[in-house]
Amino acid sequence: MINIYEVLETNEMIEKENLDVRTITLGISLLSCIDSDLERLKEKIYDRITDVARDLVTVGQEIEREYGIPIVNKRISVTPIALVGGAACHTAEDFVELAKTLDRAAKEVGVNFIGGYSALVSKGMTHSDELLIQSIPQALAETDFVCSSVNLGSTKTGLNMDGVRMMGDIILETARLTGDRDSIGCAKLVVFCNAPDDNPFMAGAFHGVSEANEIINVGVSGPGVMRKALESQHGTDFGTLCETIKKTAFKITRVGQLVAREASQRLNIPFGIIDLSLAPTPAIGDSIADIFEEMGLERAGAPGTTAALALLNDQVKKGGVMASSYVGGLSGAFIPVSEDQGMIRAVESGALTLEKLEAMTCVCSVGLDMIAIPGDTKASTISGIIADEMAIGMVNQKTTAVRLIPVIGKSVGDTVEFGGLLGYAPVMPVNSFDNRDFINRGGRIPAPIHSFKN
Amino acid sequence: MKRTVITVVGKDSVGIIARVCTYLAENQVNILDISQTIVDGFFNMMMIVDTSRCKVDFGVLADEMERIGEEMSCIIKAQREDIFDNMHRI
Repeated sequence: MINIYEVLETNEMIEKENLDVRTITLGISLLSCIDSDLERLKEKIYDRITDVARDLVTVGQEIEREYGIPIVNKRISVTPIALVGGAACHTAEDFVELAKTLDRAAKEVGVNFIGGYSALVSKGMTHSDELLIQSIPQALAETDFVCSSVNLGSTKTGLNMDGVRMMGDIILETARLTGDRDSIGCAKLVVFCNAPDDNPFMAGAFHGVSEANEIINVGVSGPGVMRKALESQHGTDFGTLCETIKKTAFKITRVGQLVAREASQRLNIPFGIIDLSLAPTPAIGDSIADIFEEMGLERAGAPGTTAALALLNDQVKKGGVMASSYVGGLSGAFIPVSEDQGMIRAVESGALTLEKLEAMTCVCSVGLDMIAIPGDTKASTISGIIADEMAIGMVNQKTTAVRLIPVIGKSVGDTVEFGGLLGYAPVMPVNSFDNRDFINRGGRIPAPIHSFKN
Repeated sequence: MKRTVITVVGKDSVGIIARVCTYLAENQVNILDISQTIVDGFFNMMMIVDTSRCKVDFGVLADEMERIGEEMSCIIKAQREDIFDNMHRI
């Protein structure tokens, strides 16, 4: 039987160390909605989402109540809309109509984000993909809860450099259209290399075509718990440090597994995967950078940070994999800047630069995330940053992503406030040496040699 | 059997356990185990109870525990046992 110290430990994690389940994300396939008539397509999409997800929020709240564990977000991911809208949408504006339909459905069922306004163009781009990409700035400016993602490359296909060039302009245009709100549209837009089909985290969640009709994916969190566990490990060797991280990751993931199983049973929807990510929030102590400091680095960004992140990421996976039979999504440590107090502190004190962040993305679970850059950054510079990040993902056979926010009207030294879980961020300098002749070449970067495994 | 863990954390005062137990008895909740300890000067008590014959919904039981806690100036929580089992047992 469970003892009082174990009960106190769990409750301390929840109450003092911000242990929570970050998201229950309900994946819904919209392939059955495809229609050549736009109005009928909108109706079918709305009906399907509001039907499947009608109990999602209530069930999430029930589980929170019964287990005493906060479930911060209840979200929906859908089939990439470029695939669903291809037959009905003839202009970018038609796609915007679909974004508004998704937004309306999300509001009706009470979720806080809906992901899947996406195009998968890792090798080439269909006409429909192109229209959807062109519609992203307007779609994100005119909706509240819709999140958009574009997969620009993979280890198997190489990098679609036409897409990379295009996304530089699209990100800037999204920033301009939401310029009156600190360019918040860009916080809902992410580009990927090797995007997973079952990621429950926003802004990059979509319901891949390899998935079933409906699926429940759960994202766990808990940087605060990890930091606390490492408090008692000052001066211990790396073996002991790793063991502590692994054990803690196991405990965190088991809670996610329980919530996923319960949600799956109560909604009568199959369980997909647990994404065992350490996802920071702006709350004090709920920070990946604080974990680095606990490990012995003065600030995130100090020499040794990449090694610290590599071991953290790996041990989180090793502990978490044991706790759940199905692990997927992004799984690892997220290093967003604006959502992490310790990262913000590191940027403000000059310890952490964009280039160091890029190095860290070689070993973290995703990529350059929630980074505010000057609003007058050139589109080609943004494309260059994307190309670098995608190349890291392609060559290292991992998911990488870029979510940059060129904040219109702000420059280095300013601060931008996104609010809520998105936090705030100091505007970071970017290397502005010209790269246009490189970016404008067009075409594809071929897949790396080690991708030919057949 | 549906097992629930009830925890009481706060300053020790007369009658806390009596209040909780009275409510549980009135609602057909059987107490299986009680243990207590003092951590950092705070009184910590844990009860493992069987709620399979409980007359009220879990939400009501949890709300009522919270309310009694507020009246007695301590924190009382009711949580299903699975969360602790899952976290601490392989």
